[in-house]
Amino acid sequence: MSTLSKRPVNPVVGASEPHESAVGHVTGRALYTDDISTVRRDALVAWPVQSTQAHALITALRTDRALAVPGVVRVLTADDVPGHNDAGIWGDEPLFPTEVMYYGHAICWVLGESTEAARLGAAAVEVEYETLPSVITVSEAIAAGSFQGTPRVSRRGDIDAALSQAAHVFSGEIETSGQEHFYLETHASLAYYDEGDQLYVQCSTQNPSEAQAVVAHVLGLPRNAITVQSLRMGGGFGGKETQPHGLAAVAALGATLTGRPVRLRLNRTQDITITGKRPGFQMTWTAGFNDDGLLVGLKASMTADGGWCLDLMQAVLSRALCHFDNAYWIPAVEVHGRIVKTHKTSQTAFRGFGGPQGVLLIEDVFGKAAPALGIDPAELRRRNFYAPGQATPYGQVVKDAERMPKIWSKLLESCAFERRQNEIAAFNDSHAHVKRGLAITPIKFGISFNASFFNQAGALVLVYQDGSVLINHGGTEMGQGLHTKMIQVAATALGVPRSAVRLAPTRTDKVPNTSATAASTGADLNGAAVKNACDQIRERMAVVASGLLGVNPADVRFSDGAVTGLGAAEQLSFAEVATAAYLQRVQLSAAGYYRTEGLHWDQESWTGSPFSYFAFGAAATEVEVDGFTGAYRTRRVDIVHDVGDSLSPMIDVGQIEGGYVQGAGWLTLEDLRWDTSNGPTRGRLLTQSASTYKIPSFSEMPEEFNVTLFDEAHEEGSIYGSKAVGEPPLMLALSVREALRQAVGGFGPAGHPVTLASPATPEAVFWAVDEARAATQAATTQSAMTPGTTTQGTSTAAAVTTDSEQPPSLTPERSSILANP
Amino acid sequence: MNEHRRPVSPRTNESAIPNTDDESTSRALPGVTVNGQRQLLGDVASHTTALNWLRDLGLTGAKEGCAEGECGACAVMVASPDGAGGTAWTSVNSCLVPIAALDGQEVVTAEGLGSPDDLHPVQSKMAGNGSSQCGYCTAGFACSMATEFYRRGRSEPEPESPCDEHGPNGFDLHALSGNLCRCTGYRPIRDAAYALGDPDPADALAQRRDRPAPAPVATDLRAPDGRFVRPGSLDEALGLMAENPGATVIAGCTDWGVEVNLRGRREELVIAIDQLAELRTLRTVTGTSTPTETTTGNTFIEIGAGLTLSEVERDLDGQIPLLTEMFPEFASRLIRNRATFGGNLGTGSPIGDTPPALLALGAQVVLVSLDGDREVPLDEYFTGYRTTVRKPTELIGSIRIPLPLAPITAFHKISKRRFDDISSVALAFALQVDDGIVTRATIGLGGVAATPLRAYATEDALLGTRWDEQTVAHASAVLGAEGTPMEDHRASAAYRRIMLSQALPKLFAQAAEGRVDAGEEVSL
Ligand SMILES: Cc1cc2nc3c(=O)[nH]c(=O)nc-3n(C[C@H](O)[C@H](O)[C@H](O)COP(=O)(O)OP(=O)(O)OC[C@H]3O[C@@H](n4cnc5c(N)ncnc54)[C@H](O)[C@@H]3O)c2cc1C
Ligand code: FES
Ligand code: FES
Repeated sequence: MSTLSKRPVNPVVGASEPHESAVGHVTGRALYTDDISTVRRDALVAWPVQSTQAHALITALRTDRALAVPGVVRVLTADDVPGHNDAGIWGDEPLFPTEVMYYGHAICWVLGESTEAARLGAAAVEVEYETLPSVITVSEAIAAGSFQGTPRVSRRGDIDAALSQAAHVFSGEIETSGQEHFYLETHASLAYYDEGDQLYVQCSTQNPSEAQAVVAHVLGLPRNAITVQSLRMGGGFGGKETQPHGLAAVAALGATLTGRPVRLRLNRTQDITITGKRPGFQMTWTAGFNDDGLLVGLKASMTADGGWCLDLMQAVLSRALCHFDNAYWIPAVEVHGRIVKTHKTSQTAFRGFGGPQGVLLIEDVFGKAAPALGIDPAELRRRNFYAPGQATPYGQVVKDAERMPKIWSKLLESCAFERRQNEIAAFNDSHAHVKRGLAITPIKFGISFNASFFNQAGALVLVYQDGSVLINHGGTEMGQGLHTKMIQVAATALGVPRSAVRLAPTRTDKVPNTSATAASTGADLNGAAVKNACDQIRERMAVVASGLLGVNPADVRFSDGAVTGLGAAEQLSFAEVATAAYLQRVQLSAAGYYRTEGLHWDQESWTGSPFSYFAFGAAATEVEVDGFTGAYRTRRVDIVHDVGDSLSPMIDVGQIEGGYVQGAGWLTLEDLRWDTSNGPTRGRLLTQSASTYKIPSFSEMPEEFNVTLFDEAHEEGSIYGSKAVGEPPLMLALSVREALRQAVGGFGPAGHPVTLASPATPEAVFWAVDEARAATQAATTQSAMTPGTTTQGTSTAAAVTTDSEQPPSLTPERSSILANP
Repeated sequence: MNEHRRPVSPRTNESAIPNTDDESTSRALPGVTVNGQRQLLGDVASHTTALNWLRDLGLTGAKEGCAEGECGACAVMVASPDGAGGTAWTSVNSCLVPIAALDGQEVVTAEGLGSPDDLHPVQSKMAGNGSSQCGYCTAGFACSMATEFYRRGRSEPEPESPCDEHGPNGFDLHALSGNLCRCTGYRPIRDAAYALGDPDPADALAQRRDRPAPAPVATDLRAPDGRFVRPGSLDEALGLMAENPGATVIAGCTDWGVEVNLRGRREELVIAIDQLAELRTLRTVTGTSTPTETTTGNTFIEIGAGLTLSEVERDLDGQIPLLTEMFPEFASRLIRNRATFGGNLGTGSPIGDTPPALLALGAQVVLVSLDGDREVPLDEYFTGYRTTVRKPTELIGSIRIPLPLAPITAFHKISKRRFDDISSVALAFALQVDDGIVTRATIGLGGVAATPLRAYATEDALLGTRWDEQTVAHASAVLGAEGTPMEDHRASAAYRRIMLSQALPKLFAQAAEGRVDAGEEVSL
């Protein structure tokens, strides 16, 4: 076992600990950025002027009327920027644009004595536009040749040969919608010059170092002039990885120009209409299977909706192109990925980061192919799992591949899959108007940033003479429980109780040059850095203790606040050793550092070993669909998931449950609708508030929800044997989509392949039911005409009902089975 | 949205103030009791929301997640009349209520429920079981959960309820239907709720229930952004309306608050009418006790326009099964705790949920003004998109529902999300079948035209025919052609239309399975 993964006796990690701020949360005492702002009574409020065009040149911007509004102090425009007028990382995101690139694009910002003054001031700013042609949908962008970034291909074997020799070939198309993060706390920043005349920015960000960098280049200041703190976020989910930084820069610019604190908090509609989202993908696929139901080849294309600027889309696309295999061995592969440029908000990180779209693609293949192949979907999926030793299309051997079938069979058993399948079949036979469906899907998700240099982290650990410990690390807390885990790691490494450790807010003046808390790597990277710092201090303290106890330093043990020596009768407290160390002039603080070893990636050939390991899991979901309306309920969800040796089981279970429900929201409910008409509000987001953009509520919570952490899960080479957990469970929600497909299939003839739009809203499900029923009708008529004809595997395209003005939003698939000549 | 700094303004308080307790001297100044301490409103603006006012007091536990009543991050507890002389703690969206509307009232926030050293039972259950991740939603959840914790009779066996979302401790999950959490997936929050015991008898908030809720207080707040008046009587309200034709009437503010927050609506004068005793009665009128000439018939149930949906739900106690079915489908508990029947009809919205139900029930609207009362059948009340026959000087006083009720009733709400969503289509049915023949049929529709509609053609297709599959098929085709459904982000026109034609077969199937609210055995 590596020293990183080995746990001492009595570890504090592994205990089910409540979130370190839970008491603050329930009593309303835990502070968030805008709570801190309320006590800054001298703060000015910033309010944006937003574009009312999808794409236009600004020909005039007049602020005089705004300045005449009582309480308006200043209007920030491009002319005010002392440094670079850019909010992003690629230089393609002007902070104060002269060409608006999407409906809602922030043009300039009004500073007022109150929110009311700033709002009225913004309404009084006059903007004149010269309208330019706009591209809203992916299809429009493809037609217009509007692309950005670099297209990529993942290739292995001879795909054309594989498909032409396959016994069965299917193809399909799917357009998956984007997703709004809808963190409950909208973007917020507070900037002011502190008593030391340093620019201080409290920002709700997953990446304080990037906030610092963006503020520095906008203001033309060195980074050491700026401190950014991220106390805690009311949710991030990737939406605060890049998106807060331009906003922080606006607040910082305002503070610089007025000498007053500036408070900026987007309201919900501003947040939804200004900031980035999960990209929608348009995907087409052709997949070949042999007679045993084994995948022999996959040819596909993914076109990602990149929005107005590149943001993180290149990396999102990379992850999609590294996850379309999910848990399956696909001998021959050719998958193309590209990014279109559209006049929409930027498209950015969101839990899973392209992974979900990739996984959706391959699960769509199985969901469609199973009925046509006449193989139970669960069995079809299992047959195609990676075997140990097999490598992904990009050439990384799938470490611990044997875990997937183990998790699978464990889940099948614990959720009584077979028995319930039979019960459901009986239920469906006896109910004409409601049908149930049960589906199980796997996840294999690569952990590490695809870009290797991000995989590093730092920490600062301080031990005081009284034995109390203060830790700092580069990761941010957005609810995922990172700080709780870090406290547990420090307590374990130093051998003190959890109560002896306090964690101080994440700040750029404590740990510099940090990576975003993202890609699920927060605990892996920062935990290793915290442990590294603690190890340094503990080793120094061991030397001090060895002198006091009269034993060899290697024989000193730290556990639960006591310091003992092997064979020594005396026992010291951690505080006593700390005091002794101070008196002996031994350093009681340390900077910790960690970099993940053994990663490499060649983006030209699309090969390498970008991931330090894979997280595995599986979920079984049962739904019930009302055939009259398409409305459905999730009756039961069972999950077995691999988090390694859990650092904090209650927190890990919370990540799994929350990830699942968020994924279910993306796949079934959350519906971003843009105005694609040619009317005056073309490009406007129609679902731009909480009343029109619906995220899961209690009614989407599975009625029964059983989550089990996979045992036998030690992860060699990772912090205390644990694995990352933030993102992978989101994709377990594919099982709800597949369960809906099964239930809808119950309304159709046997073998009816169900095409389901994404998100599978009640309306989308209804149209799929309608199509299935029509197929039943067609089948009955057909078999009445030609007795004995089987309907298995016939195309559904012809069976689409004609009475609906709006057919299912999917193009009917080409599902004909091409028999191998 | 937050009105944080505002110039000092003159504020007067002209109305006669009922003195209900010994605080008569301090009552002269508008104020709200927050976590047991009276806080003066001072120079507050008349549009300042309770949320922003509380946060400015330093009570930042309540958060703004949406400012439109959707997320519940702003939820706080308000002491309200329990209908039996005591107090019920009710949860409300503080983002929608102007603080002026709470003058004289008592509010408890998460900070007041408990402190880190002395957690409230709700807080300790939530803190211990992973109910919070980012924590932004948590204080709001704690308040919603605490009001249900204190609901009298909660842990006694529930009467038959239209949904099965109840814990073994009687906790009704719908109490949390207006609170959103993006992190947890809700399971731990449900478990925390279902694990709650009964309040300790010594619990101050439990004891508070035994005393009457604060009486309504007349308020007249004048601030630079406008004037807020809570008149002391109905006549005073009607008089003010007559004098100020541009004035806006507000009740629960669940609709108006959204206008203020999201669309920047500001009023010179608002008149709050929700506390007027004259608008807060619920009674069954039989025979000659009819106060005015009425087309409703002699016997009806009268619902005061100023009662909240939650109050009507509680006090009707299942007497009108169609409404019993509608209540849990209407918004969330948080919204229903403030939203009034008068407000739902007052908006004139074509997608409100009470109009289809009330149309099916054959309801009449009573309009009151200084000139007297008049009764209008609900199907004549709506005149166009958000327009009605109500004159600016008139208030909706009450709604009358004629008795006896039809025995077969159903409410079908089609929406994307099951809890707390606006209807794409809503249908309400009230039918009677005697000896297999349909003898009564009233059907109300919402979301398929510029106004709520009665489905007269469908009713005609049903009346006098045999209640069987053929009739249902025929009538469904008629129903499918009613109205002029449109396409929007909630649903396509095609889906709306097809939902109309699916509704009768669904009702028929439910009736066959005995799953509708049938007052008597239906012979099919
Ligand atoms: C999150 C959320 C969810 C919602 N969900 C639903 C839903 O599912 N179904 C639904 O139908 N509605 C829903 N609504 C809308 C709203 O709750 C209702 O319309 C509510 O009934 C309004 O009542 P109120 O007392 O709050 O009205 P207010 O907001 O106070 O007033 C609304 C309008 O009615 C007028 N008015 C109020 N009382 C009277 C009266 N007595 N006489 C004359 N005019 C009057 C006012 O002048 C104003 O124009 C929702 C609202 C929100 C914020
Ligand atoms: S802030 Fe969302 S309901 Fe009030
Ligand atoms: S804990 Fe984050 S929104 Fe509920």
